[in-house]
Order: sequence, then structure tokens, then C-alpha cells
Amino acid sequence: MFDWVKLLTLIITSLFFMNSVFASERKFNLGKIALKKEVAGWDIDVRPDGKGAPIGKGNAIKGEEIYAEVCASCHGDFGEGIDRWPELVGGHDSLDTHDPIKTTGSYWPYASTIYDYIYRAMPFGAAQSLSHDETYQIVAYLLYMNEIIEEDFELTEKNIGKIKMPNRNGFLLPDPRPDVKIINGKPCMKNCTVPLKIIGKARDIDVTPEENKS
Amino acid sequence: MKKYKLNNFKLNRRDLLAGTASLGAMTFASKSVLSDENKSKNLPPNLPEWTSELGEGVDANPYGMPSEFEKNVIRRNVEWLTASTESSVNFTPIQDLEGIVTPNGLCFERHHGGVSIINPKDFRLMINGLVDREMIFTLEDLKRFPQVNKFYFLECAANGGMEWRGSQLNGCQYTFGMIHNVQYTGVKLSDLILETGLKPKAKWVLAEGSDSSGMTRSIPIEKILDDCIIAWAMNGEALRSEQGYPARLIVPGWEGNMWVKWIRRLEFGDMPYMTREETSKYTDLLSDGKARMFTWVMDAKSVVTSPSPEKPILHKGIHQLRGLAWSGRGKIKRVDVSLDGGKNWKTAELHEPIMSKSLARFTFPFEWNGQELLIQSRAIDETNYVQPTIQELQKIRGVNSIYHNNSIATWLVSKTGKVDNVRLG
Repeated sequence: MFDWVKLLTLIITSLFFMNSVFASERKFNLGKIALKKEVAGWDIDVRPDGKGAPIGKGNAIKGEEIYAEVCASCHGDFGEGIDRWPELVGGHDSLDTHDPIKTTGSYWPYASTIYDYIYRAMPFGAAQSLSHDETYQIVAYLLYMNEIIEEDFELTEKNIGKIKMPNRNGFLLPDPRPDVKIINGKPCMKNCTVPLKIIGKARDIDVTPEENKS
Repeated sequence: MKKYKLNNFKLNRRDLLAGTASLGAMTFASKSVLSDENKSKNLPPNLPEWTSELGEGVDANPYGMPSEFEKNVIRRNVEWLTASTESSVNFTPIQDLEGIVTPNGLCFERHHGGVSIINPKDFRLMINGLVDREMIFTLEDLKRFPQVNKFYFLECAANGGMEWRGSQLNGCQYTFGMIHNVQYTGVKLSDLILETGLKPKAKWVLAEGSDSSGMTRSIPIEKILDDCIIAWAMNGEALRSEQGYPARLIVPGWEGNMWVKWIRRLEFGDMPYMTREETSKYTDLLSDGKARMFTWVMDAKSVVTSPSPEKPILHKGIHQLRGLAWSGRGKIKRVDVSLDGGKNWKTAELHEPIMSKSLARFTFPFEWNGQELLIQSRAIDETNYVQPTIQELQKIRGVNSIYHNNSIATWLVSKTGKVDNVRLG
């Protein structure tokens, strides 16, 4: 005769065993293990050291063609930026002036970031539509226009982490704030010496959207 | 004379005017400009029209909307700021709001590739990199974890960014409105990580959105384990699409750009990823051409929401000055108000609840008898940090920073009650 009690005991014991094995590693047993191909499809970031850069290559000569096709309508033929779309080229020696121009050449500290951003977000409205080679080509063209590499330099996954950007050392770490005078929660309350002259009015600048002018 | 009790010390109404008032100002002017002009037939002794007929029944508005008389309480943008509305920002109408909760439909928007519309069935959160198990979670998975419900402010690091060189935009909304404050429901990342395990070398997390900009930011592991949340609800209902539906990252007290919306992936690594946002954008350029990087915390700040350029003074007599204060380093401890451009200060009343990294509401009664005022507010947080003047910030950071302008603003009240955003110097 079939022993139901024994079978049930076996099932319960094995369930308990399985559970206890998993519970020791995963507290809630929620979610699923990601497959390698699932991760590969979404893990598109490229780090400053080149980690994550996909296999591919491109130079500025080929880059000029694809740039003209998919970038120039907003960023201009020479990366000068049309209307309020960002400038991509130039701005060297402008960062310490009254009108700093932050471009890939004058400001961006890593070439990897240019690749990462173009591949993930450009062209605007057609994210991740460029091939890896096309992306390398466009990055090479921007680096060339910013006089960082030669026109025939072959940019690849192996050397993108080694490109030396002009403003690589232009950034300060760590955050020094609070950077204003520490007055330990006890600011002046009476007859404080403060500037009281009105030196500017937003009304006079006259750039506030119409509806809200009072 | 009647005395107001304001926090820990008492002052009389004459004190509230910061020494500029005459005794005449104590007389309440009861005349209202608005009521004088109101010739409506609905006023006493007449029968109002809405009393003599039935109103709409239930279900006329299955999802209720604000009264038609509140049409002006809307988000607004400044068109010339950006090239397209898909990569742009608008502003919360904080001058029209009370208390500390921002209604969901009024929370300012900042998108870099427009608003993604995502069927929650298609939502997946991937966790990969330096973890024991690379995993994928559905929204239903996330909701089965232990949950937290927390109020936090979200402020864009560029809030007030147009004001570094001088007063530029004549509005409370445009100069302080890149902020909102809601209650989030979600799962703590420290709980989520119990599922994936963590490799000892994991020091940084790349948070990545699934929107058309593929928004990415690097966040240090200490912050991730401290108080970061993956949230699916705000103010009791599902996130609004423009706020990252169905799930977004919450990084309490830190700049809004890091609160990645439409979150799809968290990658653990041993160094920062140096994404476009944290290198070319959210870095603070100093006058010597060097730029501060990874300036994450939002320092203490406050604003007087009324009176303000959008909220002129319409009556003589008593008024309740209203404002908001916040700090990314913890709780607001005190807010001071000045009516004479910062020469004399009085402490405002803070309203409960006062929560860490959340907006706090303050009020301050004052009388106006047609004199010019220079209104300012100054926040002090629990670390004893005092909100600085713009001159103090400019001295150290110059005027090219764009980000992290948490300085004291000045509203000039003219003799007619009109209010202007002005710069003192």
C-alpha cells in the first residue's frame, strides 16, 4: 500500500531543505537570476578606463560623413551649435573667463564619456540607433575637430580609455562644502552690517515670461 | 499690547516691523481692494446661485481636479532656457502652495529625453556588476519587499542657477521652483541588495534610466546603503509618468539629477563611471577655470513664497509672511526673517512636522502700512549651517557655477505693494 504519510514527509522535508538553502543566500526569494545575454543587452556603459567599451573602431574621416548626416542639424557642421543646441568644439582657454564655453574639447575630462553618451542618447530622439563603429567614428571626429587626435587616428575599444583630454585635470575632489564661513548657527540678529543698496532688479533685465510680469 | 509667541522668544508687533514702523502701522487697515470691487450678486444678503440649484453628482469627475478658479496654479517653463521642451525644465508654483506637500501634478519636471510612457508589465530593474548574483526584478517583486514611506524634498542643483550674476527672473516660481516635496513609498536599496549580495570591491553604483536619454549617475555605495530608495508611489498614488513611472530612484538630500527616473538598472562597480551628467553638466565651475565635481548635497536654503513677485501685498494691515526651508544635511532647526534687507532679523514660526531632508513650512506675522520692505529669509539646519548671502558664495565660487546657489534672495516690496526680485550689493 502506498504510504501517503511517508511521501508527504519527504515532500515537506525536501521543500524545507530547498528553502533553507536559498534563504541562506537570498533573504526574500524575490526576483530572478539575470541571464548573461539579458545583462549584455542592457549593460552599455563605458568607463573612463575603457571598461565596457564594445569591440569596434572608427576614424575622423569616416566620422565626418556620419556626423554631417545625424549630428550637424543641431550641433552645426563644425560643432559650433545651432540655436540653443550645445557647442561641441572649441572653447579652449575660456573656462576662467566671464563666458566659459564648455565643449567636449574644452571641458569633458574623459573620451569614454563622449562614447557612452552618444551611444546611449544620440541622435536626440533616436537613442541607441548608431552602430558601435559609427559611434567610434563620431567620437573620433569630435576629438579630431578639438585637435586631440589626428584625422586618421583609429579609435577603438582598446585605446578609448587612454585618450588624454585637455581638461582631464580640471576637476576638484572631494566636495569642500560647507565652504562658507562657519558661524555655528549663530548669525547676526540686530544692526548687522550688510549691503542695502539695490544694485539690480529682475524687472529691468526683462527676460521673465510675459504672463508673470506684474 | 498683544504678544505673539514665536518659538522660544516673545516679541511684540512693533518688533516684528524690525524697527521701521510707526505706531500708526498698528492700526489694521480693514479695507480690501478685492472686496471693494466685487459687485457679485452672490454676496450677502443675496442668495448665492450655487445654493439655489443642485451641483454635479458623484462620478462627474472620477479623478478629481482642482477648482476652475485655481487655473493659474500650474507648472511654468522659461522657453529661452533650453532648445527643446523634451530636454528642459519647468517650475513648481511654490508661491501658490501651502504646507509642505507638493501636489503630484504640480511637481516640477526635468527631462533629458522627454517623458517615457511605460507599461508596468514591461518594467524590469536589473542589478548587475559586483554582486553575488546578477538579478532582474519586476515591479510586483519590488512591492513584495519590506516597504518604507518617507517625505523628501527633491531640488534640482540648478535651482536659482540663473541668479548667480544678479536678479534675472522676476518670480518666486522661476527662481526657487525647481523643488518639490512628496511622500515616497518604496523599497530601500539596502534591502534589495540582500537579494543580490554584494562583492567587497563594490564601491560605486551606476543608476541608469530607461528613458530616451538613458540618464546615468554614479552614486557612492555608502549613500546607496544609507537611505536610497526605489520608489513606485508618491503622495499615496503611483508615480506620475513625468516623475518616472513606474519606478524611480530616491537619493534623499542630494541633487535631483541623481534621482534617476524610469530606472532600469543598477550596476555595482569599483570606480565612478564619469557619465556625461556628472562631468560636463553637474560640476561647479569656479572663477579660476577649475570645477568642483561630485557636489551632491543640497545645502540649507529658504524662500519667502508670499509676499513674492507673484504675490504682491494688496492690503494694509496684518499679513502672514509664508515660506519654505530645507536642508540636504538633515532637519531645519530655525528660520529667520528680515524686513529690512538683512540688517535686523526675527525668528519665524516653524510648523510641524519638521522632517529630515524634507521641506519645512514657516510663517511670520507682519504689518504693512505702505512702506518699502526688503524681505529676506535665512535657514539654519541641525548641523548649525547658516544659509549664506550671494556675496559669501560669489567670493568663494565666482559667478560661473550655475549649480548650488543656496543664497538668500531679496524681495523688494514697493510703496504700492508690488514685489520685485532685487539684488542688494
